[in-house]
Amino acid sequence: MSGVARTGRNPQLGRNGELAHLLSLEGLPAEIITHILDTAEPFVSIAEREVKKVPLLRGKGVFNLFFENSTRTRTTFEIAAKRLSADVINLNIGVSSTSKGESLLDTIDNLCAMNADLFVVRHAQSGAPHLIASHLTAIGRSGIHVVNAGDGRHAHPTQGLLDLYTIRHYKKDFRALTVAIVGDILHSRVARSLIHGLTTMGVADLRVIAPRTLLPGRVESLGVHVHYDMREGLRGCDVVVMLRLQSERMKGALLPSAGEYFKNYGLTPGKLALAAPDAIVMHPGPMNRGVEIDSAVADGARSVILPQVTFGIAVRMAVLSIVAGPVA
Amino acid sequence: MDAGVPDAERALEALAARMRPAVAHDAAFVGIYSGGAWIAERLATMIPGRHPLGFVDVSFYRDDYARAGLKPNVKRTALPFEVGGASIVLIDDVLYTGRSVRAAINELFDFGRPGRIELAVLIDRGGRELPYEPTYCGARVAMARNLSIALSRDAQGRLSLGVEPA
Repeated sequence: MSGVARTGRNPQLGRNGELAHLLSLEGLPAEIITHILDTAEPFVSIAEREVKKVPLLRGKGVFNLFFENSTRTRTTFEIAAKRLSADVINLNIGVSSTSKGESLLDTIDNLCAMNADLFVVRHAQSGAPHLIASHLTAIGRSGIHVVNAGDGRHAHPTQGLLDLYTIRHYKKDFRALTVAIVGDILHSRVARSLIHGLTTMGVADLRVIAPRTLLPGRVESLGVHVHYDMREGLRGCDVVVMLRLQSERMKGALLPSAGEYFKNYGLTPGKLALAAPDAIVMHPGPMNRGVEIDSAVADGARSVILPQVTFGIAVRMAVLSIVAGPVA
Repeated sequence: MDAGVPDAERALEALAARMRPAVAHDAAFVGIYSGGAWIAERLATMIPGRHPLGFVDVSFYRDDYARAGLKPNVKRTALPFEVGGASIVLIDDVLYTGRSVRAAINELFDFGRPGRIELAVLIDRGGRELPYEPTYCGARVAMARNLSIALSRDAQGRLSLGVEPA
């Protein structure tokens, strides 16, 4: 399925190059990323108004389709859509292992019949949002937009965008930066989206720091420098992005133990001291304190983990209001 | 200067002259980006009193979003005063259909309930599609529908008006 996205016209873009769906940061032009980040900026201050809303998506139906649980992402999309005055319908669809493509598209057909305008899709299967977008075109409903809220190991573009927004907010120019992404790169759609976003924006030095068992094969081909030694990898970094270590990884053969992982790849004040003196620390959440990050760092002066959450709402508002615009 | 449009600096003088005797001494001046913002800044220096400055970008309130989408580089609306109960002069460069004014008034109300809103414009070119009239106006011109008036500001802050195809 992932091969489809790479052939022919970028399926996210309309005929005039406008953003019709947000499926992945891979292949998304820098101008569109910049347009999204610029648009997010005035949305940040909406929360300070007496009426915390703008009327852009008034009367539009935004359907949150979560085939996989995620309270935080669903909530921030819901807040974003509501601040744009959309009507939000939350559907938590637990998906059984047997229900595959056909029932997914049946669900979509039914929701189209309920006059949806926009689908926000979270799915355990890589490529599900892309499949939905292609299906909408096939059934002549290309006026309905799809935003990927995380699919399998593939992509989590709005998380990548909010990470880019946060980095730009604190560090201004991507082209001067050294950024390290630390942890479970192999299973992380967050890492994949951020890597594509940062390389498109021309970051100077992009590093991944992880044990061999948590790195995908040929990861260098994505334009990153690989470090197995965390201390060496953190040296001089302007931005340190920590990834969540999912507890199920501990049970497998990929890692010895949580304690061992923390010793080698956990971010402590001592290791952070090797980065640039004004380095910022990011984490997509939810955090495992004492596994990938020390509390002293997570709650410390360099941590921008909570601003990431606030910016995430503004970035999602920007994405929703840009994709819901006219498409040629 | 293009034929048919007045001199911007002279129109600004005329606008200020009409506002001086009438505007409340503490009225906030709120300019609509981008031309209205320049004029609000200038008027604040030309009209006596204490006039808090604010700026609105009406992009999120426009009625043509479904047709035209969002323009790039939307600015942050900033109203650094208590909007509830305030006397506000909304300021724009060119008053035409009235749609920007409607959008701006809608936006102001999301910050509070203003005590009074007046409208000051540098140029009124007619062609209204909504029932808004300026309280204060610098100059009136008649302009064909296929033309648009553009305000520009040079490095010294001098304003000038030009005409371009719409």
